[in-house]
Amino acid sequence: MQCQICKTKTATVHLTEIVDGQRTESHLCQNCAQKEGVTIKSQLSLNELLGSLIAAHQQDENIDSEKSRRACPNCGITMEQFRKQALLGCPNDYEFFGDDLRQIIEKTQDNNLTHKGKVPAQTQTSSNARLEEPNKAEELKRQLSLAVEKEDYELAAKIRDQLKTLQ
Amino acid sequence: MRLTDLSTKTSRWFDPAVPLSDIVISSRIRLARNLAGHRFTCRCDEEEKQKILDLLRQPILSLSELGDIAFIDIAQGSSLERDFLIERQLISRHLAAGRGPRGVVIAKNELFAAQINEEDHLRLQVLAAGLDLEKCWQKINSIDNAIGEKIQYAFSPRYGFLTACPTNLGTGIRVSVMMHLPALKMTEQLKKLFESAKDMNLAVRGLFGEGTEAVGDFFQISNQVTLGVREEKIVEDFQTLIIPKIVEYERLARDKLLVKDVNILDDKISRALAVLKNARLISSHEAMFLLSNLRMGINMGRLKEIPIETINELFMLTQPAHLQINKGQSLNAEQRDILRAETLRTKLN
Repeated sequence: MQCQICKTKTATVHLTEIVDGQRTESHLCQNCAQKEGVTIKSQLSLNELLGSLIAAHQQDENIDSEKSRRACPNCGITMEQFRKQALLGCPNDYEFFGDDLRQIIEKTQDNNLTHKGKVPAQTQTSSNARLEEPNKAEELKRQLSLAVEKEDYELAAKIRDQLKTLQ
Repeated sequence: MRLTDLSTKTSRWFDPAVPLSDIVISSRIRLARNLAGHRFTCRCDEEEKQKILDLLRQPILSLSELGDIAFIDIAQGSSLERDFLIERQLISRHLAAGRGPRGVVIAKNELFAAQINEEDHLRLQVLAAGLDLEKCWQKINSIDNAIGEKIQYAFSPRYGFLTACPTNLGTGIRVSVMMHLPALKMTEQLKKLFESAKDMNLAVRGLFGEGTEAVGDFFQISNQVTLGVREEKIVEDFQTLIIPKIVEYERLARDKLLVKDVNILDDKISRALAVLKNARLISSHEAMFLLSNLRMGINMGRLKEIPIETINELFMLTQPAHLQINKGQSLNAEQRDILRAETLRTKLN
């Protein structure tokens, strides 16, 4: 395949860009791609994304032991204790242990992270609408990292755009 | 209510007159709930447990829709009484083995039970004979609504009902169906069933659930995912897809046995009957196993002289705590084996 710009060299950079759901494909040679700056710019966002994900994981590992000794101020339980006995100490733990617990929930609940189903009478009026928005952003972020993991960048870009609109 | 009111009778959920009851023994739905503003049971001291018990007991006892109900104090009861309630599926091993203030509200017909200070503050359960999950759901949902109007449950809009173990999070619902699957066992197809159950996120356990191996080819099939799926969807899948499919497999296996291995089948049934009619000492495990063969024989039309009600009754009466409560005294293992054999001989001859 020939480069779309100089039309002499062979195209070695194949670029799919998706902005606001619009998909464009370009096939360029190394030189033209660099001149255009286009490859660097658009790959960066995904690289950046991957980088930040990996960094987040590494960070997790570093502070893992410190974190697992952090006790909930309400019931005194630590992540370490929870891992041993598989029982939490109080309803507050679901917030207190945040992401660490979320990973476990995700594993045991077939990747589900958001409640669907009945709402008790006493909270029905106050809470519903209020918390739906942050929920959606969280869910999108989760889908985004899944898509990146599976190297489905097309989907990842779509989700990224959705996230942008939300924010 | 005295336990002896129950101990001479077969549980209502063991009713042979409902559709599919040759394969589906009973349906059960359980909801796990906790009170807002309290620690989970495992982190509560006695005082907090007592407070929770007081907060829950009265509102449940005052629900008019439950009919004739009673509270049984598990902390005060003897270990024999606790074992008896486990055998009747009214309390869990966890509640029996727990510490401090705890108890259970049960309906006299035994189709409803509310355990207080179990792993979660409240575990509601509704039972029905045969495959009747929709009825169970309607009933437990309305009981749960009524309690939820009087008490504030621990609930988060993101995660739903908050439970001590994240495996119950969200809806807190556990749908379980108890099935008798002797032909799948005889035709060595259970492994296949377990594998496909695993793929579908279902748990398969023995008769008494959690950690007990299957005795007498009785299995309990239940959902594992409680978060992110609506209660009605879980109930509907069990009622219309999952259980009918397993029933169909068991029927196919039974038909196959009748065509290909009728001699092996009849031999198994006759030997079971011979032992049960003549044994002088018999363990609970052996009795269950042989009664299971008789049950299969009756339901497949190979054994006509014994009514199915007698078999169902014997499943209950020959269990260890039932024998002792009905005898009115505690018995050691050998004494139980003698009494069990005697009970079987009397009812079957």
